[in-house]
Amino acid sequence: MMEQVEHAHHIVGPGVYVVILFALLLGTGLTVWASFVDLGFWNPIIALAIATTKATLVVLYFMHVRYSSKLTMLTIGAGIFMFLTLISLTLADYISRAWGNW
Amino acid sequence: MVDSSQIAQVAPEPAHEEHAAYLRHHFESVEQQADAAGFAMWLFLVTEVMFFGGLFTAYLVYRNWFYAAFVAGSHQLNVFWGTLNTLVLIISSFTMAMGVWCAQTRRRSGLVLCLTLTFLLGLGFLGIKTIEYREKIEKHHVPGFHYSLQSFMDPQSEPEVYSEYHDKPLAPDMAVHTELYFSLYFLMTGMHALHMIIGIGILAFMILRARAGAYTSGHTTFVLNFGLYWHFIDIVWIYLFALLYLISRHQ
Repeated sequence: MMEQVEHAHHIVGPGVYVVILFALLLGTGLTVWASFVDLGFWNPIIALAIATTKATLVVLYFMHVRYSSKLTMLTIGAGIFMFLTLISLTLADYISRAWGNW
Repeated sequence: MVDSSQIAQVAPEPAHEEHAAYLRHHFESVEQQADAAGFAMWLFLVTEVMFFGGLFTAYLVYRNWFYAAFVAGSHQLNVFWGTLNTLVLIISSFTMAMGVWCAQTRRRSGLVLCLTLTFLLGLGFLGIKTIEYREKIEKHHVPGFHYSLQSFMDPQSEPEVYSEYHDKPLAPDMAVHTELYFSLYFLMTGMHALHMIIGIGILAFMILRARAGAYTSGHTTFVLNFGLYWHFIDIVWIYLFALLYLISRHQ
């Protein structure tokens, strides 16, 4: 029983949280700086890439998913998959509405 | 055939086994109970992903349709306040994560301190949001509420915005769609702020309970799952900040 409890939940310590905090602050600084530079087509892509990196760090470490069960990972994977389905099918509709009419 | 005499003869329940006081009887172990609660919390967060996902999808579609209006609308947002709010929220996520650690390692005063800091940073976020909302009201940028197209049909009337972006005046049929931008702006940041307000309310409740030692005696599920909720709100803001404030600055 004791052994089970010890294995059950990995406790993430302050050291990891501090490192992630600074990574997130750095990412925020980076994305604001990048928005002041004119990169044309690349501006939104870089902003979203940095946002996704920050979100991934939050999910993996602040939300402990890196140390979570496979069930939790699968649940999150299903959520992300549904969201991407929503985006891609909606955009596929709007992009293809004028198909052949130009 | 079961009759009452048979039921009466059934052996009495086995002696009550030793277990933590907070273990519900329909779970086999504390570990299983915590896993079930965590799984349920993640299922809830997945529904939240789909809820905000719908709003993000609407924003994406309309931004592509009325691109010029969305760029001009975005130029009305103040990057300084947006950045400050992002920093406030990231630091509040850090204090919340530290709170979870304090609960897990049974540090009562540390937990109360972390929860209180998270509470105050959450209020700070809403305060900064209020400053931004007030500016929108003063400029008549609230959809359906004395909405004014002046900023978009005559950009030079606002020297502080014009000097930074040099926007060209929009044609009237495009300028009207800036109202759609601000509809989505208020809907998305408003729903986000509502989640913050609910979170701050729960934090106040948790601070009172934590002072009485509620989460530092081994039963950390509530703090853990509230942490997941708080970090999720942080993630939503990370994307809102990028999409609403940043990506249109140079377009």
